[in-house]
Amino acid sequence: MGLDIDSRRVDRRAFVGAAGGLVLGAVTGWALAAPPPRVIEVVAKKFEFVPGEIQVRKGEAVTFRFTAPEVPMGFNLADFNLRVDIVPGKVATLQLTPDKTGTFTFLCDVFCGTGHEDMSGTLVVT
Amino acid sequence: MSAFDRRQFLQLASVGGAVYMSGLPGFARAADATTAADDFFFVQLSDSHWGFEGAPNPDAHGTLPKAIASVNALEQTPDFVIFTGDLTHTTDDPRERRKRMTEFRTIVSELKVKTVRFIPGEHDASLDNGKAFKEFFGATHYTFDHKGVHFIVLDNVSDPGAQLGDPQLAWLQDDLKQQATDARIVVFAHRPLFDLYPQWDWATRDGAKAVELLMPYRNVTVFYGHIHQEHHQMTGHIAHHSAKSLIFPLPVAGSQPKRTPIPWDPAQPYRGLGFREVAAQPRKAEYAITELPVQRA
Repeated sequence: MGLDIDSRRVDRRAFVGAAGGLVLGAVTGWALAAPPPRVIEVVAKKFEFVPGEIQVRKGEAVTFRFTAPEVPMGFNLADFNLRVDIVPGKVATLQLTPDKTGTFTFLCDVFCGTGHEDMSGTLVVT
Repeated sequence: MSAFDRRQFLQLASVGGAVYMSGLPGFARAADATTAADDFFFVQLSDSHWGFEGAPNPDAHGTLPKAIASVNALEQTPDFVIFTGDLTHTTDDPRERRKRMTEFRTIVSELKVKTVRFIPGEHDASLDNGKAFKEFFGATHYTFDHKGVHFIVLDNVSDPGAQLGDPQLAWLQDDLKQQATDARIVVFAHRPLFDLYPQWDWATRDGAKAVELLMPYRNVTVFYGHIHQEHHQMTGHIAHHSAKSLIFPLPVAGSQPKRTPIPWDPAQPYRGLGFREVAAQPRKAEYAITELPVQRA
């Protein structure tokens, strides 16, 4: 594939700039690193999730950290094919980087008692 | 009962029931005038939630007895009756759970049908892994054969995580190995075996594994409950039919933000509630479903 002189010059400059960024990133350790996921703490208690509404941005990486102080629970976010068991005494985690906007229901999918069927919340992705 | 009477079936359909035909290759086909000696019918009741109190059904104490009376009033006696789960409404109190099961059993003992079968729903079984249910109604998964049809009863509720579990799946696999690939197979379960709407917990976490085991068999039909409304869906060649409830109807999947009951309508009491007759034609592997109201008009 042939290239004209001007485009070679542009490519060389771009290469030098990128190489400089790599060197700087290697020295400082931050230039190309993605920001760490935002951590969202969620408590699954009889019979609600706290918080019941969670706001995230499309493309934002988040880490959910779940705890259940009373009985075993489940967190199911079907629209993103995510679920996890939440066992008392342990922290359960899920990673999510939403690729679509909207309001999505999550629910407890481990039958936990008389209020189980009302135990749900919403994830709002903007 | 001897041969199923097609004319009577059509008469029943004309007084308020909806007729639905299930069989291969599709599940919607016209009624056929021929009958065979091994044709029979059974009745499916579901989701009576005995013990429920609330505005969605101001006659919560009367609906189940009325349905039992309607079954007893059928012109022909079904070969058997099956309740597909959520016989009782959930309670955290094990003594209250047994009290409700005692009352439920007393009410359904009024049925004039010799054979009555039960499977649990999550309200009956998920808080104690089916312990109380077994005390009152026996095994939570089992098989039986009737006039050329192999019936398989699955339990997808005793695990609070709504799973059949590997031991039950292995049991299912072993049972199916005994069947010819053209066997007439009917499966009963409480929850849908496919992902009807997981956003409302209308699914079985490992239900796809059961469907996969059933797929090699050409004549399989599934009847279930849980979603408190009539619903029909195919997974490949397998038809799945959910039944109405006997306590309150639920909305169509995803039609509103929350899975809340459809309000009681005083102008049309018991609307959306009912039970069904299923007329089996084993030779054709067809099942004609007739939806019937709690009470005849």
